[in-house]
Amino acid sequence: MTEEEIYERLNDVFRDVFDDDTIEVDDLTTADDIDDWDSLEHINLIAAVEKEFGIKFRMGEVSTMKDVGEMVEIIMSRI
Amino acid sequence: MKELEYPFDSAYIMKKRRSLRKTLLADGSARVKKKVAVLGGSTTNDIVAIAELFLLNNGIEPTFYQSEYAQYWQDAMFPSEELASFEPDIVFIHTTNRNITAYPQITDSREDVQALLDNEFDRFKRMWEAVSARFKCPIIQNNFEMPLFRLMGNKDSSDYRGRERFITRLNEKFYDYADNTPNFYINDLNYISASYGLKEWSNPLFWNMYKYALCFDAIPEFAFNTANIIKSVFGKNKKALALDLDNTLWGGVVGDDGVEHIQIGQETGVSQSYYEFQSYLKAQRQLGVMLTVCSKNDEENAIAGLNHPEGALKPDDFIIIKANWENKDRNIAETAAQLNILPDSIVFVDDNPAERAIVRAQLPGVSVPEMDSVENYIQTLDRSGFFDITTFSDDDLKRNDMYKANVERAAQQAAFENYEDYLLSLDMDAVIDDFTPMYIERITQLSNKSNQFNVTTKRYTTAEMEAVFASDEYIRLYGKLIDKFGDNGVVSVVIGKKDGDTLNMELWLMSCRVLKRDMEFAMLDTLVEKCREQGIKTIKGYYYPTAKNKMVRELYGTFGFDKISEDSDGNTVWTLDVASYQKRCNVIRIHGNNE
Repeated sequence: MTEEEIYERLNDVFRDVFDDDTIEVDDLTTADDIDDWDSLEHINLIAAVEKEFGIKFRMGEVSTMKDVGEMVEIIMSRI
Repeated sequence: MKELEYPFDSAYIMKKRRSLRKTLLADGSARVKKKVAVLGGSTTNDIVAIAELFLLNNGIEPTFYQSEYAQYWQDAMFPSEELASFEPDIVFIHTTNRNITAYPQITDSREDVQALLDNEFDRFKRMWEAVSARFKCPIIQNNFEMPLFRLMGNKDSSDYRGRERFITRLNEKFYDYADNTPNFYINDLNYISASYGLKEWSNPLFWNMYKYALCFDAIPEFAFNTANIIKSVFGKNKKALALDLDNTLWGGVVGDDGVEHIQIGQETGVSQSYYEFQSYLKAQRQLGVMLTVCSKNDEENAIAGLNHPEGALKPDDFIIIKANWENKDRNIAETAAQLNILPDSIVFVDDNPAERAIVRAQLPGVSVPEMDSVENYIQTLDRSGFFDITTFSDDDLKRNDMYKANVERAAQQAAFENYEDYLLSLDMDAVIDDFTPMYIERITQLSNKSNQFNVTTKRYTTAEMEAVFASDEYIRLYGKLIDKFGDNGVVSVVIGKKDGDTLNMELWLMSCRVLKRDMEFAMLDTLVEKCREQGIKTIKGYYYPTAKNKMVRELYGTFGFDKISEDSDGNTVWTLDVASYQKRCNVIRIHGNNE
C-alpha cells in the first residue's frame, strides 16, 4: 500500500467517524483542525483506524501521536 | 434499522454512530421520551452514545445524565444539582469489578471475609435505597464480571479468600436483593462478558488508557444488553412470534416429503436441532410469548407436521395458524389484527431470505431476524432480546390460553345475528373496584404497554403507581373480565384525580383483547357510581392523540361526554354531568373486590 493510498483510506475513516464529508486530512492535521476530535472521540477514531488497516497501536503510541503524519508512519510500519 | 439488530457489526456501529443517529432521528417515527441517569464507576461516554442508538431503534428517545468520572456513589448518595433537577425516569448504575473496594487477603479469616462481603454489599444497598427514595424510579444495576486473573488458580473459584468466589458471593447477594425488590433490575454483565470472551472483554489496556472497564469493541454488545432492559421496563417488548414451518420448525418440506420424512425428534443431529428449537419456543410460550404460524402450506399438511409425534410443539400451542398461499406480509397483518396487537409487536421467524425481505419491505415495524441455519436459531432469537423480561405476572403465564379463547369467541360471534345476543351469550362477569395490592404489578404493566385503547398514554413506574394507590386524592378502578371461555385477567385501568367536585381523568385504558365487549361501559358505570358516593359532580376527560390511539379519539363522546375544547394538535377536553348519567352496560355482571 502506498502512502497515498493510506491517506485516501484514512480520509474515509475520518469522514465516517466525524460524519463530515468535507474533511481532508494531510500529514499536519491535528485534533485542533477537526471540531469533534476530542479525547473521547480519539478512542473511537483509533479503534476505527485499527479496524481499517488490521493493525493495533501500542499503548504509548495512542497518547503521543502528534498529528496524522505520525499516525501514517506507524501504519506504514505495521502493514 | 437492520444495522442495529442482532447479530450486529459492532465496529461498524461504533464508526458510523453519528450518521446512524442522524438517520434514526430523521425517520419520522413516534418515540416516547425518557430520561436516563447513568451513574458510572468507569467511563460511560461511548456506552451511552451507543445505547442511545438501540433505544431510538426501539421507540424510545432518551436524554442522558452522566456522572462525572467514577462518581457513581457520591452522585447516588448526594446528588449533584444537575442530577437532582434532571429527575430521571430510570437510573442505571454502571459498576464493574474494578469498583469493588476491597478483596480478601490470603491472611484473612472466614469472619474477616464475611465482614468484607457484608460491607461491600451494604455500600451498594445504601446507594440503591438512597436512589429509590429520592427518585422513585426503576434502577438498573450491573452484576460483576469474573476477575481477569486467578491468584489461586482453580482454587480461586472455591476458596473463601478467592476473588472469583468473593465476586460470586457478592453477585448472589445482589440477586437476593433483586428478587425481593420491585423496580430493581440486574444488568447481567457477568453473562455478557463471559459470552463475549472474558479475556478480550477485560483487556486492561482499555482501563489503563481510557478508564473503560471493558474493551472498546464490546461496547455495542453491552449497550445493547442494557438497552434491552430499558425498553422492557418502558413496555417496548415484542409480544408474538409468527413462525414459518418448513425448514424453520422442522427440516424438510412437509408437503413434498410427507410428514413421515420431515426432520424432527431424536433420530439425527439435524432433527435434534429442530427439536431443541421447538422446545425453546414452547418454553417462550410459557413465559407469555404468543405463538402463531405463518407458513406457505396447505393447512392439512401444516397440521400434520405439527402433530408429528416427535415434535415438542403441537397445534394447540399456537393461537393462530395461518397456513395458506397468501403473501406472508398479509398473513402477518391479519394475525396482528386478530390478536388486536400492532404489527410492530411481532417477530417474524423464517429461514427463507426472500420471505424475510418481503415482510421487511411491506411491514417495516415487524422484526425479522436473520435465521440462517437451524443450529443458530435459538441463539439468534435469544440474543435479540425481543422478550427481555423485567416483570413477570400470573397474567403472562396464561396469556396464550386467553388469546386462544379470544379467537374461539370470534368464531362464535359469526353465529349470532344480534351483537347484544352474542355478548349476553358470553356470560360475562367483571370485577371492577379500587386497586388491590395483588394487581399493582399488572396494572403498572398495562399502563406501560397499552398504546391503542389509551386516551392519555400516561406511563407509570411501579413506584408512581404505588403512590397513586396510597393517595386519597384519586378515584382508581381496575377491571377484570371473566366469561365462559375463561378469565381475561385485569384488562382495564381508570385513574382520576379529584379537584373539589370535579374528577380529572388521568388515565383510561383497556387491553385490546377485550375490545367490543362493552367492558368500557361497565367501567364507566362503576366510575360514575364511585363519583356519586364521593360527591363528584363533573367528570373531565382528556384525549391526547398519538400515532397509535386513534380508536379512542371519540371515546368520551360515545360515553355521553360533551366536548368543550379542541386545540390545533387534536387534544380534546370533555365533561360529563354525573347527576344525569344513566347506566349503559347491560351485558356484564359487575362485582366488587370482596364479592
